[in-house]
Amino acid sequence: MPQVKILEEVCKGCGLCCDDVCPVNILILANRINSSGYHPAEVTDNTKCTGCGYCFKICPEPAIEVYK
Amino acid sequence: MKQLFGRPQGLTDVLQRYCPGCGHGIVHRIIGDLLVKLDIRERAVGIAPVGCSVFADEYFNCDMIQPPHGRGPAVSTGIKRARPDCFVFSYQGDGDLAAIGTAEIVHAAARNENITIIFINNAIFGMTGGQLAPTTLPGMRSTTSVQGRDIKTQGYPIKVCELLAGLDGPHYLVRTAVNAPKNIIATEKALKTAFVNQLENKGFSMVEILSMCPTNWGLTPIQSKKWIDDTMIKYYPLGEYRNRAKEER
Repeated sequence: MPQVKILEEVCKGCGLCCDDVCPVNILILANRINSSGYHPAEVTDNTKCTGCGYCFKICPEPAIEVYK
Repeated sequence: MKQLFGRPQGLTDVLQRYCPGCGHGIVHRIIGDLLVKLDIRERAVGIAPVGCSVFADEYFNCDMIQPPHGRGPAVSTGIKRARPDCFVFSYQGDGDLAAIGTAEIVHAAARNENITIIFINNAIFGMTGGQLAPTTLPGMRSTTSVQGRDIKTQGYPIKVCELLAGLDGPHYLVRTAVNAPKNIIATEKALKTAFVNQLENKGFSMVEILSMCPTNWGLTPIQSKKWIDDTMIKYYPLGEYRNRAKEER
C-alpha cells in the first residue's frame, strides 16, 4: 500500500498540496504548529493514498515523501 | 517500504529559506533530481543568481559559483569553454536575466553557447521587495507601480522566449510553469531535454519557468497558482519556441 509521510518540521504550511492536487483529497493543514510556527500538512487517511506523487511534485521544500 | 518519491541526492539537507508557496523550491527539486538521474552531479557547475535564490549554492549538492548580478551566461560561457567536460547550468530570475543581464543572455544565445539556462519568471522583483520587473504584466500592481503597470510610462513587459526566438542561434527555447502537477511534469521533461542537449553538445538551451511569488503578489499560495493559470499564462503562453532537434528531423 502506498503511504505519504509529511516531514512536519520541514513543512512551511503553504497548502499547495492541500488544494485540488491530491486526487483522493487526503491532505489538509493541521491545527497544531511546528517549531517554525507553521501549520504543517497532515494526512487524513493514508489507506486511500494511490502513490501518484503529485503532492511530492508540487511541494517546494520537499517536505513530502511517498513510500510503497 | 520502498521510497517512491523523496528528497533527491542533488539537494543538500539545508532548509531552504524561501517564503511558503514559492516556486523556487519546486524547480530546485527537479534540478536536484536530474543531476542524479543523468549522473552528472560530480561534474556539474551551477551558477547562482542575484535574487531570492542567491543562496542556491547552499541548496544544490554540486559545485556552485555566485557571479555578479546578471552575468550568469557570461560566466557559464567561460567555464564551459575552459572545461568542456563540465556540465554548466545557470539558474536566474527575471531581475537577474531580463533586467541587468539582458545583454549577456542575448549574446550567449546569439553565439549558441553550449550551456543550459533556467529562467524563473515570477513577474516581479522578489528579494528587493516586490518592485516592478521587466516581466511585470500591464496593469499589475507592484511597490513601484501602485496603480498597476502603466504602459505609457513604464512600457511593455519583455517576453524573453519570444525575444530570443528572433535570433538564429538558440537550439532550444521553451516556456513552462510550476503551478500544477501537469505543468510540473512538463517542466521536468523540458529541463531534461535542456540538460541532455548540453551533454550532446547541441548548444544553447533555455527553459523559462512561470513561478509563484505569493508574498509579493499579495495573494495566498493557492490564489497564486490560480493567478498563473488565469492571468499569467494568457500573457506568457506556454510551449516550445524553438526546438532545432524537431526542425532538423
